[in-house]
Amino acid sequence: MGYGIKLHVWGERALFTRPEMKAERVSYDTITPSAARGILEAIHWKPAIRWVVDTLLVLKPIRFESIRRNEVGNKLSADSVRKAMRSGRPGDVASFVEDDRQQRATTLLRDVGYVITAHFELTDKAGPDDSVGKHLDIFNRRARRGQCFQAPCLGTREFPASFALIEHDDPLPAPDPAMAGERDLGWMLHDLDFANGAVPHFFRARMVDGLIEVPPFGGQERRA
Amino acid sequence: MTALAHRYEFVYLFDVTNGNPNGDPDAGNLPRLDPETNRGLVTDVALKRKIRNYVALEKESEPGYAIYMQEKSVLNNQHKQAYEAVGIQHEPKKLPKDEDKAREITAWMCANFFDVRTFGAVMTTDVNAGQVRGPVQIAFATSIDPVLPLEVSITRMAVTHEKDIEKERTMGRKHILPYGLYRAHGFVSAKLAERTGFSDDDLQLLWRALTNLFEHDRSAARGEMAARKLIVFKHESAMGNAPAHLLFDKVVVERTEAGTATPARGYGDYRVRVDREGIPAGVSVEEVL
Repeated sequence: MGYGIKLHVWGERALFTRPEMKAERVSYDTITPSAARGILEAIHWKPAIRWVVDTLLVLKPIRFESIRRNEVGNKLSADSVRKAMRSGRPGDVASFVEDDRQQRATTLLRDVGYVITAHFELTDKAGPDDSVGKHLDIFNRRARRGQCFQAPCLGTREFPASFALIEHDDPLPAPDPAMAGERDLGWMLHDLDFANGAVPHFFRARMVDGLIEVPPFGGQERRA
Repeated sequence: MTALAHRYEFVYLFDVTNGNPNGDPDAGNLPRLDPETNRGLVTDVALKRKIRNYVALEKESEPGYAIYMQEKSVLNNQHKQAYEAVGIQHEPKKLPKDEDKAREITAWMCANFFDVRTFGAVMTTDVNAGQVRGPVQIAFATSIDPVLPLEVSITRMAVTHEKDIEKERTMGRKHILPYGLYRAHGFVSAKLAERTGFSDDDLQLLWRALTNLFEHDRSAARGEMAARKLIVFKHESAMGNAPAHLLFDKVVVERTEAGTATPARGYGDYRVRVDREGIPAGVSVEEVL
């Protein structure tokens, strides 16, 4: 992995929803590999590359907070849009929030900081002018300048992530002393297998002094 | 509609006097508080709701500016009639692949609904293209200083049910903040704007909406709310020229008299400073308000 990258991300709030508790959302204790991949993709991604998260370093103590919001219950159906397209009346698809109100609580993380260590692989969509060096350069340049395709977020879009590139030779930020020791975080979402109908894959997350080693996708992990 | 060529970030300051800017359903409609710092919170969705409402008012029945997520109080039936009069014909073509159909539906939604093109929407389709990520994202707004909610008891001189007519008059409660200055951060991605067709005109409309956000949102609960400052950072390039958090740090809001023990009770108790010297190259600052 001579072409790995290290990215420091942090934010005031984060929500990495557990799939088993997603109606009234409860966050995982830390960022998941799939959320970390999403952050990297928000900075640079092309179909020619695939990001692979190697390790996640948790810098701050894990703390939760709860918030309840008014949300809507239903998704827009494609059929109703098709009907409105045919009749040319956008007003027909409008949804009235009063009729469709749900109050949902969210248990989210407060004051988080992580170091994502990752590398990427070329996919079969890579053309002749897609070299590893080119994409690595683009990513590093963007991350260094704070450029991004869209503002990366910590789980959901209302919790934006600040990010800074950690240069190759620079030392990693030190985790909070409270992170010392080993902790079993249980089964955690690794990522979704989009090649096979978005099947979720899980891994047993162990955190040693804040560091979580992410096993290779499709390796030893079990399927949900 | 030409898509945006620049990335933007904005810092938005608004205040409330003797009102409740955003009630917490978990706490009996008390103003939302950050339990760790006692600072007030206003959720992203609360602000987006008001932006939608403003646009619905300003662009009443104008094609292309319909609001998908409506509040009934804003709705009027002229909408539908206007659309019927304009009669936008958009016959869906028979396309072989599902994905193309989904894309067509998405494109139609973006073209017709301001909130879909700005904030995005999720549509139920088997294909992923039925999801729109909007270019505009707003984070939770936090008050500059800790706020203290007050509970004000009020009485009503009438009763709801006839059988209660002989009883005492009903007492109610209002929760207010004597004063709170809130700060919200927002992001506009040029690249996502490209995909939803969010144009420069739409951006100007967004700035107008933020400037006038509370002028048409008066109610008994809100008290006096006002937009105080809207500072926009415009990046030279579509991807951006500087990290967002560095730009946000350039806007400093502080008490006019540092170290005063008395709580702030008005906007005059605060000073907003933009460190223009330290703005990275390729970023321009504009004070819209």
